[in-house]
Amino acid sequence: MTQLTIILIYLGLLIGLGLLAGLLFRGTREDYLLASHTIGPFLLLMSLFGTTMTAFALVGSTGKSFRVGIGVYGMMASSSGIVHSLCFYLIGVKLWSLGRRHGYTTQVQFFRDRLDSRAIGWLLFPILVGLIIPYLLLGVMASGGVVNVVTRGAFDTAFADYGHGVPPWLASLVICGVVLTYVFTGGMRGTAWANAFQTSVFMVLGVVTFVVIANAIGGQDAFLDNLRVATEQVRQHHPEKLTREKITQAQFFSFMLIPLSAGMFPHLFQHWLTARSARSFKLPVVVHPLFIMIVWVPCVLVGVWATSARLDGKLIVPADIANDSAVLGLMVDKLSNPVLSGLLTAGILAAVMSSLDSQFLCLGTMFTEDIMLAGRRDRFSERQSVLLARLFVVAVVIVTYLLSLIAPGRIFDLGIWCFSGFSGLVPLVIAALYWRRLTLAGAVASIVVTAGAWLYFFWQSDFAANARYLFWGMLPVATICLLSTASLVAVSLGTRPPRQEVLDRFFPGGEST
Amino acid sequence: MRRVTWVLIVTWGLILSLIVLHQDFWFWTDARLVFGFLPMGLFYHAGLSIAAAAVWWFVACWAWPDELDVTPPGGPQA
Repeated sequence: MTQLTIILIYLGLLIGLGLLAGLLFRGTREDYLLASHTIGPFLLLMSLFGTTMTAFALVGSTGKSFRVGIGVYGMMASSSGIVHSLCFYLIGVKLWSLGRRHGYTTQVQFFRDRLDSRAIGWLLFPILVGLIIPYLLLGVMASGGVVNVVTRGAFDTAFADYGHGVPPWLASLVICGVVLTYVFTGGMRGTAWANAFQTSVFMVLGVVTFVVIANAIGGQDAFLDNLRVATEQVRQHHPEKLTREKITQAQFFSFMLIPLSAGMFPHLFQHWLTARSARSFKLPVVVHPLFIMIVWVPCVLVGVWATSARLDGKLIVPADIANDSAVLGLMVDKLSNPVLSGLLTAGILAAVMSSLDSQFLCLGTMFTEDIMLAGRRDRFSERQSVLLARLFVVAVVIVTYLLSLIAPGRIFDLGIWCFSGFSGLVPLVIAALYWRRLTLAGAVASIVVTAGAWLYFFWQSDFAANARYLFWGMLPVATICLLSTASLVAVSLGTRPPRQEVLDRFFPGGEST
Repeated sequence: MRRVTWVLIVTWGLILSLIVLHQDFWFWTDARLVFGFLPMGLFYHAGLSIAAAAVWWFVACWAWPDELDVTPPGGPQA
């Protein structure tokens, strides 16, 4: 019951924050969707970091390092520190500038304008939505599962089918309701504030959990001694987890292309546009790798320690545990107290919700701007536009929640496939920003080839059932990116260059090639 | 103009170095512990995260595209 109380207090705080942000709402479409471009460096840092770090940063990283060892940090964390900041610098700042100059709110608006074609939007829109929906479902379903696990036994008689804990469907419903409340009332400003708060929560609680677990495993007076004892146990029982013996170098290299997906996330695009100035990006670009390190190093160490940590002579986490995501929960449950367990759950929910809110708002924005208002904005007043956006956010939340009730558990295997699809589209956005010779036909070829290659590999992997599927020893994302780039360049060079008037809008003074 | 070119060369040189240094096959099976608890591979990649922040700090100071800061037609927002 302690855990449930802490979770409810945390959710209440979030609703309060959303309502507070709603008080500052200026009543315009631009304010609701882009916070009137007033987000400064600190809020931008926190919202970009919170949005890119999902529950995987806490729960998944621990489970994955339990399985394969410390190599997880290089595969997913240090690579993200390099590549995410590169995306912010190379793509984010430039898109922000063009967005401010030409009034964009969504990626589709940018590509329609840059490629001088409305049809490109109809091709890109379903692909972007199709890739982001499984990503959304991951968050909704993960939050329900986490709350259920930590509240088991909280009720004496109720919910017997769910271990006397809060049923996942009810927990997901409450989480969706809370996120909807602050996104509905506060719009992008509420989302940015909530992200900043939630990012602080999961970073602080992650570090606190690490210290408590280390002290519990070590049992010494000094913290450093506890760290040494915990790792020494791994050296004795599972030395292979302290190296990268279980990962091939080709596989390791191809993982570096996964964080490239940040360059094409629609929700990050929207966050970039909220920035007050190009200078606001400096802090996120510099600090993002450090924040990743602060969150991931403790989680990876806890995951590795879990392979060998014992309580009363018995392994805390059985080696044959079926669900890797349960590793962190088990360690906290066995080595700490209900208060910390409740706080950590709040931290995990914070990581989940700080991505969910941006994705809900982004999908609502895309349906409003790219479908309803496309080419007929003058028919709608500011007030009507905001109302439409809010209604679409509500619709997206309802549809996502209903889908989460029927989606198979295997949806969790889809995460890396979503990222691979977005990564395959990154050559397109880079070319659109820096290459004058990019043509509509080249862009279409790149999108079609990306979609085709993605579908082929997805089929080959038994629709994500084969989590170890590799192509040429690497993740399929490497081949997808290669084919996407090759088709974009070859078809662009083989077709007529874009109109000069279009190029003048995007490359004033003949900048770039 | 020449300074701008050199800054860009250094910037991209540093970014490419990070990407190359990330593929640290030389520590692949190194099981030594730093400070008695941190596996070498993890220590190296944590250091790489700090190095990445340093490189991005250099970029922010010396290679930032200040020309992209625009004031929209309606003037700056409050």
